[in-house]
Amino acid sequence: MNIPFNHLLVIAFLLFLMGLGSILVRRNVIRVLIGVEIMLNAAGLVLVGSSALWSRVDGQLFAVFLMAIEAAEVALALALVIYLRRRKGTLNINAFNEMRG
Amino acid sequence: MATIVFYVLAVLALFGTYLCVTRSNPVHAILYLVNVLFAVALMYYLLGAPLVAAWEVIVYAGAVMVLFVFIIMMLELTPDQEMTRVGWLRWGPTVLLVLVLFCALVLMVAVDPETSKGIVDTYVSPKAFGYSLFTRYPLAVQIISFHLFIAAIGAYYLGRGGGSRKHSGKEEEE
Repeated sequence: MNIPFNHLLVIAFLLFLMGLGSILVRRNVIRVLIGVEIMLNAAGLVLVGSSALWSRVDGQLFAVFLMAIEAAEVALALALVIYLRRRKGTLNINAFNEMRG
Repeated sequence: MATIVFYVLAVLALFGTYLCVTRSNPVHAILYLVNVLFAVALMYYLLGAPLVAAWEVIVYAGAVMVLFVFIIMMLELTPDQEMTRVGWLRWGPTVLLVLVLFCALVLMVAVDPETSKGIVDTYVSPKAFGYSLFTRYPLAVQIISFHLFIAAIGAYYLGRGGGSRKHSGKEEEE
């Protein structure tokens, strides 16, 4: 296999930009979370690719750390989505604009 | 051969992500995202990370996406019609930002000769991976396990309705 590293960078960056656009344009909390997933996935792709570029294992280790942290984030975020839906009755992100506890 | 497979997978991932971002039905978006995750897992495998590829399928596509589908079905989300009436005022700044970032990437790739190096064939066996994980980063493993534990406690607390003062939280069990 012979791939220049910049091709991998461009692929991962395009994935990242689509996730970013999804976060900025969408107003549904679930769609925003899906955008975060896409962005984290692109970051993991760069980590594994750089691990292969320099023939070191550290990039893969960080990709696994990223996966674990992301799983924790999704568990908390989805619990928060259920809580907000119960409290406000909507999933529109513009409705959650007050920070009173 | 592996190079062709890699580029095919890259096109598949990009196209699947585009569909995932643009579909209005959340369940369809999740299913396209599962396709993307499988493609990315195979790219990990081709980049010499079989264990990370397996965990990508098991953790992301298996656990996280099923959790998403479960929540979407529990909340009975309808397909949102927001994409049809989205105005230029909301698209404009996003498109501008994305274009600027893409120009920055192209400049970086064009200027830096380091990025045009080819990726060599590597293979990290699961044994070497695990040895390296637990001898070089034991503290990070501990911290992340605490992180998962605290996230589990927080999800339980929020899901029970304990954070809500208006609700008794007894009528809604997950």
